[in-house]
Amino acid sequence: MKRKHVLIYVILLLLGTNMWASTITVCSTCSIKTIKEAIAQAADFDTILIKKGTYNEFNIRIDKPLTLIGEDQPIIDGEEQGEIIQIAANNVTIDGLHIKNVGTSYTSDYAAIRVIRSEDFVIQNVKLERLFFGIYLERSKNGKVLNNTIIGDAKDEYNSGNGIQLWHSQHIMVANNSVQQVRDGIYLEFSDFITIENNYSANNLRYGLHFMFSNDDIYEGNTFESNGAGVAVMFSKRINMHGNTFKNNWGTASFGLLLKEINDAEISGNTFEENTVGISIEGSNRIVYKNNDFIRNGWAIKVRGACYTNTITRNNFLFNSFDLAYNSNLNDNVFEENYWSDYTGYDLDRNGIGDIPYRPVKLFSYIVNRTPETIILLRSLFMDIIDFSEKVSPVFTPDNLVDAKPLMKRIK
Amino acid sequence: MIKILKYSFYDLMRSRWSYVYFLFYLLLGFVLLFLNNELSKAVITLMNVIIVLVPLIGTIFGVMYFYNSKEFTELLLAQPIKRSSIFFGQYLGVAGSLTMSLVLGLGIPFALYGLFESNAIWDFSLLLITGAFLTMIFTALAFNIALSNENKIKGFGYAVLVWLFLAVIYDGLFLMSLIVFEKYPLDNFSLIATMFNPIDLSRTLILLKLDISALLGYTGAIFKQFFGTNLGLMISIVMLTLWTVIPVWRLGYKSKRKDF
Repeated sequence: MKRKHVLIYVILLLLGTNMWASTITVCSTCSIKTIKEAIAQAADFDTILIKKGTYNEFNIRIDKPLTLIGEDQPIIDGEEQGEIIQIAANNVTIDGLHIKNVGTSYTSDYAAIRVIRSEDFVIQNVKLERLFFGIYLERSKNGKVLNNTIIGDAKDEYNSGNGIQLWHSQHIMVANNSVQQVRDGIYLEFSDFITIENNYSANNLRYGLHFMFSNDDIYEGNTFESNGAGVAVMFSKRINMHGNTFKNNWGTASFGLLLKEINDAEISGNTFEENTVGISIEGSNRIVYKNNDFIRNGWAIKVRGACYTNTITRNNFLFNSFDLAYNSNLNDNVFEENYWSDYTGYDLDRNGIGDIPYRPVKLFSYIVNRTPETIILLRSLFMDIIDFSEKVSPVFTPDNLVDAKPLMKRIK
Repeated sequence: MIKILKYSFYDLMRSRWSYVYFLFYLLLGFVLLFLNNELSKAVITLMNVIIVLVPLIGTIFGVMYFYNSKEFTELLLAQPIKRSSIFFGQYLGVAGSLTMSLVLGLGIPFALYGLFESNAIWDFSLLLITGAFLTMIFTALAFNIALSNENKIKGFGYAVLVWLFLAVIYDGLFLMSLIVFEKYPLDNFSLIATMFNPIDLSRTLILLKLDISALLGYTGAIFKQFFGTNLGLMISIVMLTLWTVIPVWRLGYKSKRKDF
């Protein structure tokens, strides 16, 4: 009986708000011609319907719970004057707008949409063009950023902004967005419990995705392609990276994924394809690498030191120039049951596991780590010969850095 | 000279080895493209083959030809022909036929797989040009060695040694010096060291043109800065030409003074 009461109460409440909330329409021929005017007139929980057209407005401040819906993608043109929309209230929804020409400044971070100290907001189906910063979330919580398209025209790092930036925010969902040609595609700083899902981040000047001091976040099913450097995850804990694709981050200083001071993370089911360095690891501990595919990278994994108790298991290493670069003689990391396309051992007992261990560090890779200039001898016959001799009788490469159970067949 | 060139050339064209060489490259080209199906990838694999095999075959073939046609050479020497024309003619005949086998053998499969529509054409032509240069250089070196050594076994030994030195040992020494002097700035040193070995020079020239050059990192950037400019390319072509011209000049010089 009690439950029924609650239900009725909820229904009444919904009806009530519906009855109270009204819709304000904005268009060039309506009585209300600007969005600012509509916001000023609206009461809490009203809906503002913006009809098709171009609205030359900037510094639109939303300071009460409102829903802004664009019909047929109306254009809000900021004319490069500054910030365009500022959300400073809870329960704000923005849907279906096309925002362009955000002002560029060297002193303040103008954004197309900025959310300040707000909760329960939704920003969806928004298209951003010619922007400085795109969607900027500041000390906000429990929001959603969905299905947005951000296409910048950034050329230099110093005068461009990030596509989606989260700063001191918690419990935010960022999904199905497409971010291209900005500085950092998605940037997180001091943001915890964030979910980043199925986004596409490509052709950005610096990183496709960038974490700083953010903990307990998940990102999965994203594609990062042809970004300046790749994806950087720095100074963060308990990040879960699952099912992402890192592709074509190709350049002298590029990588698919950079881990710096990352602890207790899990990296599984990702694909690293044609990156100069698949994963570059520095000072990262207790990370599990599982079921990843490393395909045709320069270096599949580059370990740059201070990495302990990591587990690398059941990954596919396919046709990388170097499978692993390792810079110390001490190894505390476990390599087990991976498939290495360079493995030339045999399996007499036919249990699917090679009978002789595989050494992922080639001598050449070891030498290059010591003296980077020697890379100029890449693909020289001499190097192939000494690699072979090292393989037959290892002298220089770390003794215990072996995959004792290399798989004979690729893991599907 | 042209007559002797022609004679040598046709003689070689009729010989079995030219065909074997030609067919080998033809087969290699087709197999590579069949397995890779991507022109730019095939170019990388091909590079590995070319920088090792082309010099080796040029050396062996040059020495072999010189010793085999010794009697004919002596016959020619009895005729009123300039000595330099005899040797230059023979040299050009050998180098020309080898280059032709290489260019046609690789060119045909690549052309059939649509080289002319792809953007790998420049990389591929660079590959063929360096291949041609390497043939010329190593045939000239081989002729020099054969001319200076009456003893066939010794001649063969020296020829193989020269190849081994430039293809393998040189890189070993290069590597050692890089490691020993790792505390010093080595960019200019490695640039110069590369210049002095035609095999290394060809390898670097091709590598820098390919995608794989991104792996070379900082060192690669310096090399790219040098070889990427027209000046760098000119200097490397001049170096390769010098590598061809000096042995050829020595061939003429020695042959004039040699007592047969």
